[in-house]
Amino acid sequence: MDVTWYLVLSALLFAIGAGGVLIRRSPLVILLCLELMLNAGNLALVAFSRAVGNEEGQVFALIVMVVAACEVVVGLGLIVAIFRRRLPLNVDDLRDLRG
Amino acid sequence: VVQVAFFVAAIGALGGAIAVVGLRNPFYSVLALVVHLVSLAALFLLLYAQFIAAAQVVVYAGAVMVLYVFVAAYVGQQEEPLYEPIPGQRLLAPLLGVALFVELSIAILGTALSSLSSRGAQIPASFGTPTSIGNLLLERFLTVFEAASMLLLVAAVGAVVLAGRRRDDTDRPTSERGSAGGRAEEAAR
Repeated sequence: MDVTWYLVLSALLFAIGAGGVLIRRSPLVILLCLELMLNAGNLALVAFSRAVGNEEGQVFALIVMVVAACEVVVGLGLIVAIFRRRLPLNVDDLRDLRG
Repeated sequence: VVQVAFFVAAIGALGGAIAVVGLRNPFYSVLALVVHLVSLAALFLLLYAQFIAAAQVVVYAGAVMVLYVFVAAYVGQQEEPLYEPIPGQRLLAPLLGVALFVELSIAILGTALSSLSSRGAQIPASFGTPTSIGNLLLERFLTVFEAASMLLLVAAVGAVVLAGRRRDDTDRPTSERGSAGGRAEEAAR
């Protein structure tokens, strides 16, 4: 299999994730779509690492996974905090910080 | 065999991704993401990234998804209203996604990088094994490794502070959040 296949698949997954972030209104699903985008990036990194024959891309992907885990933990903490204050879980209603 | 495996895993990953975006119940979206992540782990195996694939299954499909399932069950299903703050947003957003994909594909297919249209460089047998990744991570990228561990610690503490029980709250305690975050951190290491 050419590495190009993996890159096109990764681009498709990234586009689906980006579309999901724009369409969905629930912060939980938006976090899921962010995961999709991060994983598409990971797939591209690993594919390039295979193409070049260099393992540093895989280390990069590993660090991306660590950062994604941190982002998930903080994001879910925010969602729980929003829910307990009985605010609406909808990104269109949570716009108080907008300038 | 490799091509069949690639297409099966790619269809799994694509179907999971579309289901994440399309399903209305967040709980089912989380389950679809698990399918997506396992398919991606299979793709990583095809790319000789064994350690990444194992970490993907253990950390993502295991620990992080448990966190998601907990929060989806705690929050429950919320109604997503159908009104659009920006007119035509539901139509424009998929169009933008398609445009993004076309643009990226043109960039990928039109590139002059010769290694992309081949099967990849010659690699040693130890490519992507835990041994070689661990050597890189603990020697050349030691600073990055330590920074990542610091980041995980800060994120775990931050999550406990954000979601922790306040004195004026009458809700039930969420002590399972903290322990699940700790588990994610351990697994990520």
